[in-house]
Amino acid sequence: MKYLLFCLTGLLMSLSLHAKELSGPAPDFTLTDLEGKKVRLADLKGQVVMINFWASWCGPCRQEMPLLNDIYANYKKAGFVLLGVNVDESVADAKGFLAKTPVNFPVLHDGNGKVADLYKNQAMPSSFFVDRKGNLAYLHQGYRPGEENEYKKVIKKLLAQ
Amino acid sequence: MRARPRAAQMAVPVAVAAVAERPSDRRLSLGLLLAVAWLLLPAAVQALVLPEDRADVLYHAYDGGGVKVDGPSVLVRKGYKEKVSAYANYYQDFVSSASIDVLTSGSKYAEERTEYSLGVDYLADRAMLSLGYTHSSESDYEAKTINFGISQDFFGDMTTLAMGYSRGDDEVRQNQDGVSVPVGEAQKQRYSLGLSQILTKNWIIAFSAETVVDDGFLRNPYRQIRLIPNPANPGVVRWEFERYPETRNSDAFALRTLYYLPHRASIRLEGRTFRDSWGIKAENYEIRYTHTVRSRLLMELKARTYSQTQADFFYDLFPEEIGTEGVFVARDKELSTYSANSFGMGFTYEFGYRLPFAKKHSLSFYWDFIQFDYDNFRNALLSREEDGVPARYAVGEEPSYSFEANVIRLFYTVNY
Amino acid sequence: MKQAVILLMLIFSTGCSSWKPWVKPYERGNLADPVMAFDRDPVSTKYLHHVYDAREAARGADGSAGGGCGCG
Repeated sequence: MKYLLFCLTGLLMSLSLHAKELSGPAPDFTLTDLEGKKVRLADLKGQVVMINFWASWCGPCRQEMPLLNDIYANYKKAGFVLLGVNVDESVADAKGFLAKTPVNFPVLHDGNGKVADLYKNQAMPSSFFVDRKGNLAYLHQGYRPGEENEYKKVIKKLLAQ
Repeated sequence: MRARPRAAQMAVPVAVAAVAERPSDRRLSLGLLLAVAWLLLPAAVQALVLPEDRADVLYHAYDGGGVKVDGPSVLVRKGYKEKVSAYANYYQDFVSSASIDVLTSGSKYAEERTEYSLGVDYLADRAMLSLGYTHSSESDYEAKTINFGISQDFFGDMTTLAMGYSRGDDEVRQNQDGVSVPVGEAQKQRYSLGLSQILTKNWIIAFSAETVVDDGFLRNPYRQIRLIPNPANPGVVRWEFERYPETRNSDAFALRTLYYLPHRASIRLEGRTFRDSWGIKAENYEIRYTHTVRSRLLMELKARTYSQTQADFFYDLFPEEIGTEGVFVARDKELSTYSANSFGMGFTYEFGYRLPFAKKHSLSFYWDFIQFDYDNFRNALLSREEDGVPARYAVGEEPSYSFEANVIRLFYTVNY
Repeated sequence: MKQAVILLMLIFSTGCSSWKPWVKPYERGNLADPVMAFDRDPVSTKYLHHVYDAREAARGADGSAGGGCGCG
């Protein structure tokens, strides 16, 4: 019985939540976008950055794409950047999806999952929010319709800092 | 792992298993099992998804052994807010039967069966709950079945556990001179357990177990068994109605695995073993290869083998009078020793033309060819005199029966 | 059946410590492909299983969810 109790408390502590606050510097990385241009996270210091990990085979990721595009359009001028980090093994799959659902924010290709690993990505999609100082502020895992409002709340808060 | 806690945890499954010897206790023990399993499972990010929205219109056709059955099956599924998904299925069989059983004891007949199914899947806090109802009716058989299911992902959603229970209440009737007369009732219960596991990024495996408990009137009211009333005169045969036990319990275990092959192909292997309280042991194995061509065309090839041993009370020819009580006899070829080997192929083609309200739509066609070879069920038609022509074989020495069947599935699918 | 139950209990009792998934969520691309679904077209599988059930003595554990139909 004691063992069972240990187990249960262990479970509760290892519970992953849909959203959580983060701290510490955001790990730096450099990836290539779909036109071949290199993009480095550290270069974006001073702006609020949302790093969205997605893949063409992930249903909720596809669902939130048009909404992310709208968010980018709304907050771009206030100093907000959305980086779409695509983890498809083959970039052709990502391009195929974007041909049908185009977006205006930078889409970077992380085919071997190195950056996803770096960020200890545990769910698809995952959105990491980085403040103007380059520190991790917030993580949102998964996507359900309506959760884009949470994204907006976090972005507004970080833009106000 | 410390020895004492493990012993304590072992006590529960052993106690549960020990109680499971009698069919009526299986229900209780399974309930216990479910409860304990739920206590032990670790939490995880909710990763279960509802089945996708779709509508399918299928034409099915079966032709084999003198039996022709075809008809439609229409399925519509729609979800709401990623929380709930409901489906409805309408199915029909139009039967024209001149099967060997029909020809030996009667004449060709035509029949129609209609089946409705409704179901709903609900994504609760961490689990998916399913509920369904099926109603099948034809002139001499009516079946109402309800089913429950629950499933959950864990271990970082690499593992899925699913449990299910279903209960059917059947009414068996017999058409006598154009009137459908009730002859009995049957109750059928199923308990199932499924576990699927992602092994690598290219490999998944699934294990399933299912126990079926049938009670009541389990035989076909039309079928008869042939017997030799006077062993001194073996050429003379009399036909009598079958006598079946009033219960049938069975266990089936299956293992399935899928392995991804480069460039959108896969190989699937399956094996199932079955045994029941009537003495039947069966096993089947299947291999399937699926391959996508140019992202629009999916092709599939498969081969399957099935074999079973007979029920204890199966007799192609009962050697004497049956007697008044206690003896069970059956002549259903499905309870004999036989094998059924099949191969199949098919494709699904996704159309390029985009429908305004749909994500995609496709046409599929699948063909299966099955060869049935019976070891100890003989073709009783061949020992009969026909229009004055004497029989080619003596009673009990006819060649064993075999036949081939073709199964076709043609369907159009819209995903929206 | 008894052995299967005991095996399952053992598996779950060892799973209490937080297991890190060895296939990361972003590596699930191949598994999401339709060729990796055990059941791509439920309406079609349901019919084929009915064909088998109607002619074979074996029933159960055929990969379909929900209950069988007690059709004559």
